[in-house]
Amino acid sequence: MNINLTLIGQAISFAGFVLFCMKFVWPPLIAAMRERQANIAEGLAAAEQSAQAQEEAQAEVDTILGEARSQAAEIVSQAQKRGNEIVDDAKQTAISESDRLKAGAQAELAQDVVSARESLRQQVSSIAVSGAEKILKREVDANAHANILDDLIAKI
Amino acid sequence: MATESGHGAPTASEYIQHHLQNLTWGKHPDGSWGIAHGALEAKEMGFWAIHLDSMFWSILLGSIFCFLFWLGARRAKAGVPGPLQNFCELLVDFVDGSVKDTFHGKNEMIGPLALTIAVWVFLMNFMDLIPVDFIPEAAKRWFGIEYMKVVPTTDVNVTLGMSLSVFLLIIFYSIKVKSAKGFLAELTLQPFTSDNKFIKYAFVPVNFLLEGVGLIAKPISLALRLFGNLYAGELIFILIALLPFYLQWTLSIPWAIFHILVIVLQAFIFMMLTIVYLTMAHEHH
Repeated sequence: MNINLTLIGQAISFAGFVLFCMKFVWPPLIAAMRERQANIAEGLAAAEQSAQAQEEAQAEVDTILGEARSQAAEIVSQAQKRGNEIVDDAKQTAISESDRLKAGAQAELAQDVVSARESLRQQVSSIAVSGAEKILKREVDANAHANILDDLIAKI
Repeated sequence: MATESGHGAPTASEYIQHHLQNLTWGKHPDGSWGIAHGALEAKEMGFWAIHLDSMFWSILLGSIFCFLFWLGARRAKAGVPGPLQNFCELLVDFVDGSVKDTFHGKNEMIGPLALTIAVWVFLMNFMDLIPVDFIPEAAKRWFGIEYMKVVPTTDVNVTLGMSLSVFLLIIFYSIKVKSAKGFLAELTLQPFTSDNKFIKYAFVPVNFLLEGVGLIAKPISLALRLFGNLYAGELIFILIALLPFYLQWTLSIPWAIFHILVIVLQAFIFMMLTIVYLTMAHEHH
């Protein structure tokens, strides 16, 4: 444990290592760390900013969606109304058409009844005449008894 | 147990003394220069001798530190750091934080100085965890080197060399910041002072004695604290190595685990006290 030149040697190498560290180690590492700190701070600020922007966009989206929803509801209600109208119109048309058809059919029916009655009358009158002929066993002059027959026919 | 040597097994005390002897190269009393054979010859050399083993290991470890950190700092970039840069930044950030906590002035020197001390002293202390016979035995067998003390911080020259460098920095910054006159006033006009001019100057010798002792105590305590801790640790490892080899682990493992704490703590204390002393040198009292 003698004090000797080792002390000086150690002091010199100490100075050398400190100077080396001061020149080649400390400044680049500190600079890199400071720069990264700045970058991270920047990134955080940007993230916050974009979060705010996102929030604003979300609010805008909400209002637009709300508008769209109310518009859609309006359109739907209009369409329903229109649909009801169309259905009502169609009903109306159908009713009037069916009325018309019914009236036509009734008229036709009435006419058919009339014509059927007419032909029936004709046939009845001829049957009656032939019946009467048989009863009377002689020819009845159809023309002479026309008014009687007409009376008869009218009674049918 | 003590390893076999050429001329019979050494006794326990020979073994211990052999382990505590530095490889000394210096001026023999007869004027020639050479390696000292034994403690007595080394002592006779006096100041004009150098411990080759201490210097070799301390410079090797300092170079490892510089090379490692140079590699880490060479391509330091602000982007995602690589593992080595990350490691270096971790330590630099820790040291920078310690410096900033204490020292509030502007000084380009203190950060790198503290980093160098922390890592270099740690590495030198770390040599203590290498089993005590490994390197000395290898040096003897392969290189024929008789003495080899591998822990530089168990050499008081090494710790004193560093603490005296710190001491010079303390004086340098004291004078630079406060001027020679201010520094002298700090040494002589406090702690005892008076409004009476005569009494004030009468206190100068007392004040100078007190402050001078306080000033000198800084490098001495700095050096001896580190040296004492590591020397004692090394000595205990050597004593444990005297046990039969199958028993050594029962003591060497607990002591080594405890010593991990010691070597880190001592490196940190040396760094922290250096920062504190330099801070005090920058402050006006």
